[in-house]
Amino acid sequence: MQDFEIQAYPELWRELDMDLERFDKARQMLGTAYAKTFLSQANRPQKMAYFDKMISEIFGGRVEELMQAKKEGRPVVGTFCVYIPEEIVVAADGVCVGLCGGSQGSVPDAEKILPRNICPMVKSAFGFKAGRICPYFQAVDFVYGETTCDAKKKTWEILDRLVPTYVMEIPQMKKERDRVLWLEEVKDFKAKIEEVSGKTISSGQLAEAIKIINGKRLALQRLTRLRAASPAPISGKDALLIEQIAFYDEPVRFAAKVNELCDELDDRIANGEGAFPPEALRVMVSGTPMALPNWKIHNLVESAGAVIVGEESCIGTRYFKDCITEGSQEMDEQLAALTDRYMRIDCSCFTPNDERVTQVLQEYKDSAAQGILHYSLQFCHTYNIEEIKIREACQREGIPYLSIESDYSPEDIGQLQTRIEAFLEQIGG
Amino acid sequence: MYIGVDLGSRTVKMAVWDGERLVEHRIEPSGFEPHRQAEKMIADYRAKVVVATGYGRHLAAGHFADAVITEIKAHARGIFHEFPGCATIVDVGGQDSKVISLDAAGRVSNFQMNDKCAAGTGRFLEIMAASLAYTLEEFGRAALTADQEVLINSMCTVFAESEVISMKNRGIARDRIARAVHSSVADRLAGMLARLGHGDPVAFSGGVARNPCMVELLEKRLPRVLVPELPDITGALGAALHGTGI
Repeated sequence: MQDFEIQAYPELWRELDMDLERFDKARQMLGTAYAKTFLSQANRPQKMAYFDKMISEIFGGRVEELMQAKKEGRPVVGTFCVYIPEEIVVAADGVCVGLCGGSQGSVPDAEKILPRNICPMVKSAFGFKAGRICPYFQAVDFVYGETTCDAKKKTWEILDRLVPTYVMEIPQMKKERDRVLWLEEVKDFKAKIEEVSGKTISSGQLAEAIKIINGKRLALQRLTRLRAASPAPISGKDALLIEQIAFYDEPVRFAAKVNELCDELDDRIANGEGAFPPEALRVMVSGTPMALPNWKIHNLVESAGAVIVGEESCIGTRYFKDCITEGSQEMDEQLAALTDRYMRIDCSCFTPNDERVTQVLQEYKDSAAQGILHYSLQFCHTYNIEEIKIREACQREGIPYLSIESDYSPEDIGQLQTRIEAFLEQIGG
Repeated sequence: MYIGVDLGSRTVKMAVWDGERLVEHRIEPSGFEPHRQAEKMIADYRAKVVVATGYGRHLAAGHFADAVITEIKAHARGIFHEFPGCATIVDVGGQDSKVISLDAAGRVSNFQMNDKCAAGTGRFLEIMAASLAYTLEEFGRAALTADQEVLINSMCTVFAESEVISMKNRGIARDRIARAVHSSVADRLAGMLARLGHGDPVAFSGGVARNPCMVELLEKRLPRVLVPELPDITGALGAALHGTGI
C-alpha cells in the first residue's frame, strides 16, 4: 500500500483553539482509512492525485486559505446543505465551506448534549464543534443553517451558543407563495453577507459568481455523464470523494481540476480502459447525503466487486444537476433566476416531492445502472418515508432494488455486506 | 462429493451431497475460530467442490472453500430443492432474520433482513429463555402449552428483557411470558413478510424453525407454512447444491 499521511498543522490548530491531542489521533485514523479505501484501488485515474492532495492537506491547506480570506476581511461561511446560495457569498468575494459531519468519532461529543435518536449527520456535525475537532468549524465567521428537517432546525438553536448560526427558512411546499418566501429569504441572506463583509454586492459581481458556481456544476455534470461508460472509467468511491470535496474547495480551481480529470476519463473511455472490468455489476445509489468521510456504502459495494455509477443524493447530483440561467445584469432578475434554480431542488423535505421519483428513474437510465441501492441515514424521517415511493417505482419498472438504513458506526458492516452481496447475486442472476 | 458449509454466528453446519442425495450432515458450535471448526468437519470427506456460506464465508474462502455465496442465495437454493415452487422463505438464524421472495425458477427476486439489532433472531429467543431460566427446548415447549397470553410491547432485546423482568415481578407465570416472547417474534416476522409482499407457500428455515411454538404461531399468521425436516442445514445444503454447477 502507498504511504499516505494527512499532514499536521499544529501551529494553525493552536491558533484555532482545537483539542490538539484528540485531533491528532483523528488525523492518523483518517490517513489509515484513506490509504486503505482509496489508494489500494487498482486502475485509478492519474488525475486523482489532486484530490488525494486535497485530503492530505484537509486539516490545514484549505484552512490556511480560509484564514487568509478572513484576514482580508472576506466572509467565510460554514454550510451543511445544498440550499446555501453560494453565489451570494462568492459575489461578496467570500468563501463557502462545507463543514464536517460524516464521522462516528464526533458522535459521542454530541450525545453528551443532544438526544441520541436523531440523525447521525446532525450529531456528528454538532460534535465536531462541541469537541473542537474540526478546523473548518473553528475558522468560519458563521454557520449557515436551514430548516430542511426538525433535527437540524432545533439543533441550530443549540449550536448558536457555540458558533454564530444564521438560519434561512426553506419552504416545505412548492406553491407560488413558497417561492416568494424563498426569494425574501435570499434577499435577507444577501443583506446578511453584505453586513458581514461591509460591502454591497453589485449585479456585475453576482453575474460573475453565478458563472463561477455554474462552472463547478457543469464540471460535475460532465463527470457524471462519463461514469455512464462501460467499463466505468472511474470508481464510485473516487467520484463520491470528488463530490464531497466540491463542498469545501475553491470553486474555480476545483472545476478546472475536475475538467482535467474528465479529459483523462475521455481518453480512458476512447481506449476502453476502466477502473473496473466491463462485466462488473453497476449500481446507482439514491438517498441521503454521504458527508466526508462517510464512504461506508461505496466501500462495501465496490469491495464486493460491483461499481457505483451515480449518486442521486445531496452529495451527488442534487447538488449540481441544475444551473442558474445566466446573462442578466439586473439584480432583481438575477435573484429571481437564483430562486427558481434553488426551488427546483428535489429534497425530501418538500411535500409532495414526486419529481424526485422521476429524477431517480432518469438517472438510473442515464447511468446504465443495473440496480438501485437506496441509502437512508438512521432517523432521517423524510428520506426514510419517501423511500416507499422510490421502492414502488422500482417495482413498477422492474428495477432490482435494495434499501439500507444505517448510521456511521461500523457495527452493522457484517450484515450490510451480506445484504449487498445478496443484492449483487440477485442482479447477476 | 459436493460439500456445503454454513459458518453461522452460533453454529457451523455441513451438508454433503453426492450428486443425487444428501448423504451426511453435521452441526457443531462455531467456537472461536469457525473456519477451523469447518475445516475439521469436512476433513473426513473427499470433496470435489466446497462452497461456503454464512457469516464466516469469506474467512472460509481464504482457507479452504472453492466458492462463496450469501446465506440468502444458499437458503433459496436449499429450500427450492426441498419444496419446488415455494414462493417465500422465512429464515431465522442466530444473528439475523430474513424474508426472501423467490421467482418461479427459485431465484431470489427480493429480500429483507433485520437491521443491526438482535430483535426477532435466535439470539433474542436465547436471551429471553435464559432470563426465564429455561433451556431453549424447554422454552419452546412451555410457550406452546401456555394457557393464556400476555403482551410484550418491546422488540428491542434490552428493553424486552426489562419487560420480562417486570412481568416476572408482577407474578405472571413464566410459560405465559415465554408465549408472549414467541408471539412478539412471530409478529415481527409477519410484519417483515407483509412489507416484502410475500407469495404462498412460505417455508420456514434456520435453527429457530425447530421451535414448535414458533412454527405454530407462524401457521396462525400465514395460509400455509412448510418446514423442512432439517431446517438448520438448509443453507449448507443450498451451498452444496450450488457447488454442482461449478
